[in-house]
Amino acid sequence: MDPRTKAAARRQKRRCAPPRKRRRRLRKQACLRRVKPRRSRKPELQPIPPPPAPPNDFRLTSPIAVYSGPFGVRQAERLLWRAGFGPSPGHAQALAAMGLHRAVASLTRPDGAATLTGSDPTDGDGNPLAPADAYGHDHLWWLDRMVRTNQPLVERMTLVWHDWFSTSNDGVGQQSLMLEQNELFRRSAFGSFDQLAHDVTQGPAMIVWLNLNENSRWNPNENYARELMELFTLGADRGAYTEQDVRNLARALTGFDFDWSDELGMYDFRYVPQRHDTGTKTIFGQTGAFTWEQGVGMCVRHPMHPSFFVNKLWSYFIATPPSDSDRQALESLYTSGGYQVRPVLEAILLHPDFHAGARMVKPPVVFMAGLLRMLQRGIDGEQWIWYCRGAGQQLFYPPDVSGWDDSRWLDTGTVRGRFDVVSEALSDRYLDGDAVDNYDETETADAAVAAARAWAGDPNLTAETVGVLTAFAANALAGAGGWQLSTYRGLRQNALRLLILASPDYQTS
Amino acid sequence: MANCGCNDYSRTQLLRRAAAEAGQGLPAIEPGMPLPAGTGLTRRSFVSRATGLALSVYGAASLGPKAFEHGIASAAAQAPANDPIFVSIFLSGGADALTLLAPTTAHPQYAQWRPTLALPAGQGTPLAEDPTLRFHPSLDGIAELYGEGKVTVMPAIGYDDANQSHFTSRHYWEVGEVNPWGRWGWLGRYLDHHGVADNPLQGLTLGWDLQPSLAAHDVPVATVGQPDNYDFWTPGVWGDVQDKMLDAFGDLGDPPTSDAGLAQARGAVAATGKLRDQLAPYQGGFTTPAGVTYPNGDLAGQLRALAAMIAGGLPLKVVGIESGGYDTHSNQLESLPGDLLQIGNTLRAFQRDLEARGIQDRVLVHVWSEFGRRPEENGSGTDHGAAGTGFLIGSKAKGEMVGEFPGLAVLDEDDNLRNTSDFRGVYCALLEQWLGVDAAPIIPNASNFTRPVLVG
Repeated sequence: MDPRTKAAARRQKRRCAPPRKRRRRLRKQACLRRVKPRRSRKPELQPIPPPPAPPNDFRLTSPIAVYSGPFGVRQAERLLWRAGFGPSPGHAQALAAMGLHRAVASLTRPDGAATLTGSDPTDGDGNPLAPADAYGHDHLWWLDRMVRTNQPLVERMTLVWHDWFSTSNDGVGQQSLMLEQNELFRRSAFGSFDQLAHDVTQGPAMIVWLNLNENSRWNPNENYARELMELFTLGADRGAYTEQDVRNLARALTGFDFDWSDELGMYDFRYVPQRHDTGTKTIFGQTGAFTWEQGVGMCVRHPMHPSFFVNKLWSYFIATPPSDSDRQALESLYTSGGYQVRPVLEAILLHPDFHAGARMVKPPVVFMAGLLRMLQRGIDGEQWIWYCRGAGQQLFYPPDVSGWDDSRWLDTGTVRGRFDVVSEALSDRYLDGDAVDNYDETETADAAVAAARAWAGDPNLTAETVGVLTAFAANALAGAGGWQLSTYRGLRQNALRLLILASPDYQTS
Repeated sequence: MANCGCNDYSRTQLLRRAAAEAGQGLPAIEPGMPLPAGTGLTRRSFVSRATGLALSVYGAASLGPKAFEHGIASAAAQAPANDPIFVSIFLSGGADALTLLAPTTAHPQYAQWRPTLALPAGQGTPLAEDPTLRFHPSLDGIAELYGEGKVTVMPAIGYDDANQSHFTSRHYWEVGEVNPWGRWGWLGRYLDHHGVADNPLQGLTLGWDLQPSLAAHDVPVATVGQPDNYDFWTPGVWGDVQDKMLDAFGDLGDPPTSDAGLAQARGAVAATGKLRDQLAPYQGGFTTPAGVTYPNGDLAGQLRALAAMIAGGLPLKVVGIESGGYDTHSNQLESLPGDLLQIGNTLRAFQRDLEARGIQDRVLVHVWSEFGRRPEENGSGTDHGAAGTGFLIGSKAKGEMVGEFPGLAVLDEDDNLRNTSDFRGVYCALLEQWLGVDAAPIIPNASNFTRPVLVG
């Protein structure tokens, strides 16, 4: 008999065997609810090393204000969440010990290629992922990098560009092209935005997504030209461009094409000079026989691009917009540095509003990757596609070309989706059996909350949340007696862990 | 739980669950045991904005959720409001035919085979078409609909050489042929021929796992757990502690804060807790017409939701529901009447609900079980048998008995009830008369089976 069957049979028996008399009601209730058999504990990942520390006296420079308050574990925790996917065990302490400048630089200036620690992801049957072929495996593949990388900000910036140049496989329909674009975003994490804008334009995924292949000198298609200005470089309703500019930029962007075959799908993406409109165009008041490279370059060099860039990049990391003076200083930094991303990013990560300002809601995939990093649980099945989707974010499937709406991550559906994520993440590691039945029957409510907080990686909880947790911990035992004194405390510990990780505090950083 | 009394049954459930979790692998099965129909179908989940339902979609791996959204919306826009809908309700475990329709003293062997389980003389509503049978008093709901001409009774339906394994026999019923190697459900095959590529609601399972009779090869089908149940999965937490924990989760959203980000998160958590509270006292967010009252229970919740979904214009074609607990090897008198009372009252409530909404002519319900139970009782219960009882319920049901009661004087070679109608003939008739399609491409050897008149 297959051992899985035996284990499943034992579970089934335990679930449905006549319960011990005094537990009859509760057990039955539990059995009638949607009880999922507990899965055997998945192998844990090896501890992920924290980013290497820069030299002791290393300091970054910034043209705007730099946070000068204490930089402790809580500040490092926020930095790791916003510029990555939260702390792995020990990482917040390690970054706190570096101090602000070195901690930021350890993220923004990684050395060499990223290392992924621990076992490779699987589809749940022990098979390797097929990210280019199997539906959803692209999501799992990237999520795994987020969980296991030692260069979290590289992955986080890759996510920023995925959202910025929002491309969905719903329109592209070929995962290999999405992955190619994803590699572009990864290697462009901190580099030149000018270069990125050029590379993404001629990338196969974008050519398909915004119909650049249908944009020819005979039939100009404005789709990409419009979005390039409206969403990627300049912004709508700012007076940055006219409808005339859209039409003329579209003409400059003509010439891309690809082939299609039954075996290969879309292939041989290329620029075909014969498809390009070589005529004279007038864009942003300038006239010439502009090429596609010139067209993209004109968008990046447009006087209203730097402010668009700074505001948008800032919005991924800080809840409130920059002051006019800070924005202008960063615009100068951006243009004088040749459209390099890293200097602007470092200034944002050093800013007082980053460290002392309001909390931000974690994007679902960030929350989920961070939870798994904290638990050191790897990607062990396709369920992580559906759970993340239920929480509101499936990688490679942003809702439309404007990306995900970061202001609307949470509603009654996605909150429940996040709750499910926590339940799934803990489903192979809650206290069960003797661990519940023989739980310390003297544990106080305060001690129970403290134990659960420690188990959950000591996330930053507000006093109000600790108050609700403590009140629950006291109330959970009301009326309990006899065997319940230990068992209920075991259940209470499971409950507190779930509550902490599903709490509003944990959804924000 | 009655379902756990029979090892065979438990194994069946394990296989079902394993098969339902595509990608999880299938536990070893015994030689000769069929694979569940639909095994290996890809499964994906998404929340449909068109329907507000959290759907698990089986099959059609190449389509993204947006395609389904579009398909559901366009199918809903196109579906004529009088399209027929077929509802398959599977009484799993093997419902005892001699309890559902109890013989009178005209069948003297009844008292002999059932010394403790026999329904006392004089109880139950006589079946007009065969007064030697009585609806069990717990089935008053169905008897009432029968009196209105809305029930077709099949007193001994099955197939020759009945297989007495839960798993194998239900498999035959699910794939629509006596073939252990069948992979696709008969309703799935109907959808393969007459469904569309992008509307998973066309084949909807109400329950946690795909009903294998709906397993389609080419087109997507969907399952939804309890559309009216906004519940929370809390591994390792149950009973009072679970209730208090979920209350506490909502409480986490209550404290006021000046931090805008935290305020947003708390607001959403508070709303979630509130929604959970609001839905808790109901069996869901679906409204039921005044005067229609459903009993408690999962099936009632599912049918109540189903009536609302049909009335709401969702593009459903075939619906599968499983209602368990009929494997009454022991303590039959303690469990079976209660289950029958619930299902009878539930089916009556569903019919009344459809009538109150004016959509009763669109829906036909087929109630079936994998087999009936052995006439001779085993002490406090009954073992697996052969022919069983089936019902077709609906305003358009012909109301003419299909096959006669074969009596108890002569049993089959395993001492079980002989069948007088074949489920494959009923399937052919349902396809042709209710769904209006040719049965030949869907039911193997369709021309071999006699079609009873089921609709009219």
